[in-house]
Amino acid sequence: MRKGMMFGLAALAALSSGTMVTTSARAAGEAIPLPQHTWSFDGVFGSFDRASVQRGLQVYREACAVCHSLKYIAFRNLADLGYSEDEIKAMAAEVLILDGPDDDGEMFERDGRPADYFPSPFPNDKAAAASNGGAVPPDLSLMAKARPDGPNYIRALLIGYEDPPADFELAEGSNYNRYFPGHQIAMAAPLFEDGVEYADGTPATVEQMATDVANFLMWTAEPKLEERKGMGIKVIIFLLVFTGVLYAAKRKIWADVH
Amino acid sequence: MSGFQSNNAVIKWIEHRMPIFSFIDHSVGSGYPTPRNLSYMWNFGSLAGVTLVVMIVTGIMLAMQYTAHVDYAFDSVERIMRDVNYGWLIRYIHMNGASFFFIVVYIHIFRGLYYGSYKAPRELLWMLGVVILLLMMATAFMGYVLPWGQMSFWGAKVITNLFSAIPIFGEDIVVWLWGGFSVDNATLNRFYALHYLMPFIIVAVVVLHLWALHQFGSNNPIGIDAKGPQDKIPFHPYYTVKDAFGLGVFFVFFAAVVFYIPNYMGHPDNYIPANPLSTPAHIVPEWYFLPFYAILRAIPDKLMGVIAMFASIGILFILPWLDRSPVRSGRFRPLFRIFFILLMIDCVVLGFAGAKPPEGLWLIAGQLATAYYFIHFLVILPLLSVFETPRPLPTSIGEPVLKGGGSMAGAPAKPMEKA
Repeated sequence: MRKGMMFGLAALAALSSGTMVTTSARAAGEAIPLPQHTWSFDGVFGSFDRASVQRGLQVYREACAVCHSLKYIAFRNLADLGYSEDEIKAMAAEVLILDGPDDDGEMFERDGRPADYFPSPFPNDKAAAASNGGAVPPDLSLMAKARPDGPNYIRALLIGYEDPPADFELAEGSNYNRYFPGHQIAMAAPLFEDGVEYADGTPATVEQMATDVANFLMWTAEPKLEERKGMGIKVIIFLLVFTGVLYAAKRKIWADVH
Repeated sequence: MSGFQSNNAVIKWIEHRMPIFSFIDHSVGSGYPTPRNLSYMWNFGSLAGVTLVVMIVTGIMLAMQYTAHVDYAFDSVERIMRDVNYGWLIRYIHMNGASFFFIVVYIHIFRGLYYGSYKAPRELLWMLGVVILLLMMATAFMGYVLPWGQMSFWGAKVITNLFSAIPIFGEDIVVWLWGGFSVDNATLNRFYALHYLMPFIIVAVVVLHLWALHQFGSNNPIGIDAKGPQDKIPFHPYYTVKDAFGLGVFFVFFAAVVFYIPNYMGHPDNYIPANPLSTPAHIVPEWYFLPFYAILRAIPDKLMGVIAMFASIGILFILPWLDRSPVRSGRFRPLFRIFFILLMIDCVVLGFAGAKPPEGLWLIAGQLATAYYFIHFLVILPLLSVFETPRPLPTSIGEPVLKGGGSMAGAPAKPMEKA
């Protein structure tokens, strides 16, 4: 007798899940299926592949950081990736930070400290646009969450540079990318075979670097992912057990009504 | 169902001066007689109440860290996600809590629609519920603006612009809503103030909703009034434990989303800071507004679209007078049940149409679904009240259903809820 109600509920559930899939697919512009990579952070027990994230940091610093800021990440955050305090201090000291004003009212430059955020390559958006043919290179901190299927999108974009099809008219100053919506991207191909020399000896193919950067940017976008997933297991196990106890209590209390 | 009694001296001392214990007892205790046959569909009222509390608690914690300024709002949310202790947890609960609040409330509403919970003598109870829905929608809309991402900004722009459709005063009203000549800092500030205020107005209307509920008590799956004490059981412990169990199940689903797919129901564009100079390819509201968005866009005329969108909820206020059938429960209304299912499908179609760009087949589907939505309430329900022959009603809640009108597949011998 309650079938009507149940059917409706299933329909409502379909509504909520179905529309989400369609909206995120649409936001990608043209439907270009992204190559799906198996990420270590996927799944209930997912965690970051520290070695890959560290390599991604290296690629970011040597290739991406020329144009792209990473303003929500401070050097101190790198402790999450397994760097020691001394390593972090050394990395921070490599950059110059504009500080001040001092007691004389003057701005001054000093070496970076772990508490400093990653410096942006341009002083403001206007400067960034002026140096990049009018297009502002976006901040990368949240990129893995700001695009549908973010990590796969980043990886696909970085390996998606190729020659345009013969009948494709490429605008001046644009580059052809198989996975970019509309295929015309202002950013030139940023990664080249052996463009970086990995400290751990991993061969620096474009695909390897793209995967490492995507891993790194997933960490910058969702640094609490491991804490979240780890806590989730405990919370849900507790809730399942507690709900089981409540069900038993319900059965016992209702025994005399039925 | 006797009056409240206690042997505890402190309780008696307080009770004598301020009868708060008997008040609680009559509200959710052993002094509140409840139909004995309520199904799990009746869990969603208490679930909505708990979700409201969760939203208020997490919201107040977020407010301690949030900065309502166009230059800092987005950054302050990221600071909550990264540097505030368990800030990510509080924000993901609040963010997904809004979606779960609507899931629970929509189920609660459709339960009321199916079992005729809006009918006499519960019309005011129903209408207060519709008021709560409207307040929730306003609160959710303003809350979504606060992170000041791209969808926050452009959603605010689209929705506030709807008021410009009002003849003569439209443009002035929009400027008044914005507090300026565009969606800007003044808009964000007032939305923050109102987003903090409105949940407490919701709490007040919920109190009225419960007050009206307790006048006649809950409706029930067979929709007939209780004939005597044998049809009722005390709310505590029977429904307190049943609600607690339902709450546990609800929290499992809630936790699964918060901990494993916290951004599934959100839009990626809202992780891009608001940029008034760059319009997103498709501006879509949160999923729970999609059916209404479809109705808005189904009508080519802006003013009529806005009127239709508000009318789609406004029509619920007069529902008790559109459906004149004396039988409450859909269980005994063979034709009504079919149209109820069609209405649900219609709402799902509206949801999909709201998610798609308004063009081609989806625009037509949205228009047909919009037309059917109003036809359901304005034509079908009044006609059904006249032409439908309901199946025979049971004589009482406590007794088996009369076997009349043929046996439906899977029909239980008893109307009583099996645990």
